[in-house]
Amino acid sequence: MEAYLFYIMAAVAVVSAVYLIFEKNPVYSILYLVMILISIAVLYLLLGAQFIAAVQIIVYAGAIMVLFLFVVMLLNLSAKEELKDALSFQKIPAIVMGIVLLSAIGIILRSKIPLGKQGEYTSAYVHDVGNTQLIGKLLFTKYLLPFEITSILLFIAAIGAIILAKRK
Amino acid sequence: MTNVSVMTFNILSVLPILVLAGFGMIVLFVDILFSKRLGDKNILAYLSLAGIIIAAIVSRGTTPIALYSFNETFVIDNYSLFFNFIFLLSTGLVILISHQYMKRENINYGEYYALILFSTIGMMLMASGADLLNIYIGLEVMSISIYVLTGLKRSKLTSNEASLKYFLLGAFATGFLLYGVSIIYGATGSFNLKEIADFLINKGDVTGPFVYLGVGLIIIGLGFKVASVPFHAWVPDVYEGAPTAVTAFMSVGPKAAAFAAFIRILMTAFGSTHYEWQKIVYVLAILTMTVGNVVAVAQTNIKRMLAYSSIAHAGYLLVALVAANTLGVSGMLFYLLTYVFMNIGVFAIVIILSQRNDGFMQINDYAGLGYKHPLLAIAMTLFLLSMAGIPPTAGFIGKFYIFSAAIKSGYIGLAVIGMINSVISVYYYLRVTVVMYMQEPVREFYPLTISPFIVAAVVISVIGTLHLGIFPSKIMELVQQSILTMR
Amino acid sequence: MDKEFFIYVLISCIKILIVFGVIQFMIISMIWIERKVMAHMQVRLGPMRVGPHGLLQPIADGIKLLFKEDIIPERADKLLFVLAPAMSLVPALITFAVIPFGDKVQIFGYSVDLVITDINIGFLYIFAVGSLGIYGIVMAGWASNNKYSLLGGIRASAQMISYELTLGISLIGVIMLTGSLSLVDIVNAQAKLWNIVLQPVGFFIYAISALAEVNRTPFDLPEAESELVAGYHTEYSSMKFAMFFMAEYANMITVSAIAVTFFLGGWQGPFLPPVAWFMIKLSCCLFCFIWLRSTYPRLRYDQLMHLGWKFLLPLSLLNILITGLVMVLKG
Repeated sequence: MEAYLFYIMAAVAVVSAVYLIFEKNPVYSILYLVMILISIAVLYLLLGAQFIAAVQIIVYAGAIMVLFLFVVMLLNLSAKEELKDALSFQKIPAIVMGIVLLSAIGIILRSKIPLGKQGEYTSAYVHDVGNTQLIGKLLFTKYLLPFEITSILLFIAAIGAIILAKRK
Repeated sequence: MTNVSVMTFNILSVLPILVLAGFGMIVLFVDILFSKRLGDKNILAYLSLAGIIIAAIVSRGTTPIALYSFNETFVIDNYSLFFNFIFLLSTGLVILISHQYMKRENINYGEYYALILFSTIGMMLMASGADLLNIYIGLEVMSISIYVLTGLKRSKLTSNEASLKYFLLGAFATGFLLYGVSIIYGATGSFNLKEIADFLINKGDVTGPFVYLGVGLIIIGLGFKVASVPFHAWVPDVYEGAPTAVTAFMSVGPKAAAFAAFIRILMTAFGSTHYEWQKIVYVLAILTMTVGNVVAVAQTNIKRMLAYSSIAHAGYLLVALVAANTLGVSGMLFYLLTYVFMNIGVFAIVIILSQRNDGFMQINDYAGLGYKHPLLAIAMTLFLLSMAGIPPTAGFIGKFYIFSAAIKSGYIGLAVIGMINSVISVYYYLRVTVVMYMQEPVREFYPLTISPFIVAAVVISVIGTLHLGIFPSKIMELVQQSILTMR
Repeated sequence: MDKEFFIYVLISCIKILIVFGVIQFMIISMIWIERKVMAHMQVRLGPMRVGPHGLLQPIADGIKLLFKEDIIPERADKLLFVLAPAMSLVPALITFAVIPFGDKVQIFGYSVDLVITDINIGFLYIFAVGSLGIYGIVMAGWASNNKYSLLGGIRASAQMISYELTLGISLIGVIMLTGSLSLVDIVNAQAKLWNIVLQPVGFFIYAISALAEVNRTPFDLPEAESELVAGYHTEYSSMKFAMFFMAEYANMITVSAIAVTFFLGGWQGPFLPPVAWFMIKLSCCLFCFIWLRSTYPRLRYDQLMHLGWKFLLPLSLLNILITGLVMVLKG
């Protein structure tokens, strides 16, 4: 059952991604992106990462993409104003390199089964304690320093937004 | 639960970071609360310098062993202390040269000083991170500050363009880095550099392809930050568009920080796969040196020329990374220190001679400088000679160490290419000198307003360049000491 | 398929049907109550003709809307135009999946929780689903190809994003006190003392943000009649309009149910059965919505943004800080 759900959601994500690229109307592109984000959130759920799934929807689908939509609507980009492709000569090399990359990844994946170190957080353990609780505990113990530094990061981002947008 | 004791959270180990963060906030508060009464805002520069000096006092000295804290995610060793010194020195010098410039360009905001201090925090975290996550967060703190600083001059279109370009490409590069980190985590089960190294030594062959993929992506991500070819496309435009003081800042500190992370990640965690990744770095080094130097020859704008020269210097530093042994790394650390002095020195003089809105940025504008302002011309010549690697300047000693390390490690071809490149670089560095002394002035040299701050920066840079060139042994000892505690 | 699983699915389906049915009924009755209450507050009588005291008025309205012509504007974006009403109604309804409306009961020997599902990220689920509700409004505004609709949609998106932040943060104090993200745990923790006593500031902020989040007076700028005709649903008619209408009331019920769950003790209460307590508290909250609507004038747009970002957000952060400090000091 979970495997079927995975295939369905993965297919939705990939198809939406393709549509996202080839869609001429920016509003539709954004909505396809929202679909990708939601289907990936479902994949997270299948992996037992409920916290990331919920945060993915709240932050990306619920906030960031709405701002995208907001901007696109304000600019009122219509489908007619297509962006001129200044670097059209890159198309063929890009496709060739993409195929090369895909086959390289395929070869790597088929060559050997990766066996990383089995961590202390097995899925049974995570299920027991609760995904959110474990993330919270890790953030405030093992990864305390990066977590706290992130506050400086957000502070910088806020200063940057204000100084670039508001100062005359 | 997790067997983590609170005892490992050694606050003292992050004291320099806390000091800088505190002073960054103080600067912001002072700027907001007293902005009406401040007038020329000199006090913001004083405060920032005070922060730098206190942080330097806190993180001075050496340590006999590597001190790990925060669950082994943060490390204080001589290596990170040396880099802290480089970062604080470069930030301090940049504050000295930027004070006058910011006023002239009418962008003397308190946020400028705060962002520079915050950016330095990111660099320190990159040099001290014993954990890929810490290094990544440090990189972001450093980069995002610089994206903002680049676009600080909002009225100038090129500044906006540079900021956007740097931001988009930088975010893309960080994506590569993060992807590499996550693949490494999947392959080895850890973010911790030591644990990754242990894992690879014990059963590295099992996860081979994934580790290579991860290392490759990390090299791309950091290669972007050090401006190595072919990840250099952003450099010329960003260096030209950014306010000159910010260009000076980003050409030194972030580059050193990226190299600090580069060395620590590649040598500590992936030391056992040295044979594989050095091939990539080898190619990067050759490309970076050659493209940087050859294209620099064709430049007429001094900032663009310095941008390409900065790419070329990244190439020399990558040569040291190929060797990846004590000699190479000590050569690299020494070179980074000399690079701080000579590069900031050049930018200081560029700032003194330029006009508002980046007037007089062409190399031809320097014609006749040797007669009008002989002292400035001499200082400029000294810095350029140092960058070209001519004795008795620091640049010569730095290049000497790097190339001899390459030769001793058996990379004679690489050393030869490096030397050929040095010869090319002499052409465009000396061309500025020739223009200064041999040509008639094409512009009027207005009476220059030179603040004592910037004079101090130039004097410090001159002393540093000469001192490291003539008496390198003491610093060399310090440098060699700093690698010993690394592993 | 084993029997246990089958019964589990059956019970879940029945619960879902009952909950949806009750919500639909509440929406219909809310429309009548709102008209009546507002009329009496303004010394009018309100609907009186259809049935005793106009009780059948909502049904008459519903029939009227069903039989109206369904107009899709010539230059509208057809797909999004049709999709938008559903997009705005569905998130409001599925939030109820995690809201507990009663204690465990024994039915035919099976112990049934009176909550559709108790997941351990209930709090996050509410906000994940709630944050998707904006899309319906924004899509409606854009797809109508009408300036007023677009302005309404843009106003709505900015307003809802701004207030979603304070809405979430105002509830974190409760989460800290309970130590769980599950809504069932939160209700159980309020057996002795309602959270509104411990978190008065949190409740205050939540109430204001919730008003803004569902675009009700005094925060109904996205559909301000005097400025924007009818905002994002200007071009909608017939059942599509009805769906927006229902979405608005469903949203009101949802945020009220969350307020009851987080601050007012959920189904906890003496003497009466739990479900009755839940409905009583819910009704009180809904009455307040109507009360506020007939009392307050509309805010100006910049006032709205100032209130959200410069007053409520700092206040809610302060609330978290003080809650944390008190918790640490009390051990």
